[in-house]
Amino acid sequence: MNKNWPLWEIFVRSKNGLEHRHFGSLHAADAEMALENARDVYTRRSEGVSIWVVESKHITASNPEHNGELFEPAQDKIYRHPTFYDLPDDVKHM
Amino acid sequence: MKTNLYNYILELADNCLIAGQRLGELCGHGPSLETDIACTNISLDLFGQTRSYFQYAADIKGEGATEDSIAFLRYEQEYKNVLLVEQPNRDFAFTMARQYLYDVFHLLLLEKLQFSQDITLSAIAKKSIKEASYHVRFTGDWIKRLGDGTEESHEKMQAAINDLWTYTNELFEVTEDAKIMVAEGIGVDVSTLKEAYYEKVSALLEEATLTIPESKYFQKGGKSGIHTEHMGYLLADMQYMQRAYPNMKW
Repeated sequence: MNKNWPLWEIFVRSKNGLEHRHFGSLHAADAEMALENARDVYTRRSEGVSIWVVESKHITASNPEHNGELFEPAQDKIYRHPTFYDLPDDVKHM
Repeated sequence: MKTNLYNYILELADNCLIAGQRLGELCGHGPSLETDIACTNISLDLFGQTRSYFQYAADIKGEGATEDSIAFLRYEQEYKNVLLVEQPNRDFAFTMARQYLYDVFHLLLLEKLQFSQDITLSAIAKKSIKEASYHVRFTGDWIKRLGDGTEESHEKMQAAINDLWTYTNELFEVTEDAKIMVAEGIGVDVSTLKEAYYEKVSALLEEATLTIPESKYFQKGGKSGIHTEHMGYLLADMQYMQRAYPNMKW
């Protein structure tokens, strides 16, 4: 039976104000069941206040083979980091 | 000792304890990892409620009684749970049907018990309502899924409902202890929950394309300690550790 259930990706918001984070994946027959399963699998220790579920097949992932062209060009462009400014002392927590 | 109150608390708590024990048996044996966790979560909710009731009962009883001695050291005929909750896990449809038929009652009961004149029972009920609301949602969903699922799942769910139906009426029996507790504003008159119960259950069964059994013959006995043949095996399993190693702590 289990083999027929599609895979779902589970996103949980730990508390109000924070973003939903990917928590893991599980099997369920439909979205409603995925929500209930996610509630039982991932939030039984008060980990969350909100759950998103999305069927895994709807996620488009970048191909690791393309990592070179996708990500490496950014490596020698340190000027894109905001590290070349003198911050006034009054500005804290940057 | 307030014997009526003590007995009444056991009547409330034993249903949670035995229903929880049955679900707990699925730990590691559920049909999928996700449903396995869900069932044991419900089981743990019920054990949590049981503990609150038994801690209160132990205070009333005195004589060194503890939540553990009340849970594990009684004889079969001293357990007051209804026959419904002790029925064994036959297949997943049967387990969900048994739990659903109890959950609907449980929630209706708690919604009334929260207004009990007894502040401890009222507090336990208030805390338990959210848990019971989720239980009925979870098991109700499964009744619909399996009832309105494949031919085989429908057949299994219908068989489960047919077999368990005979145990539903006992839920609404008012014991002598309960009568006294109702008169004192402490207990809930469960006979008044009957109409709402069968209305809710029938509506869900219809939605699940299941046939509502027409049987007019109902089993009873659990509330007065006369259990089905399954109860002894359940207790042997549940009580083994405390019997073999008295006073052992987890």
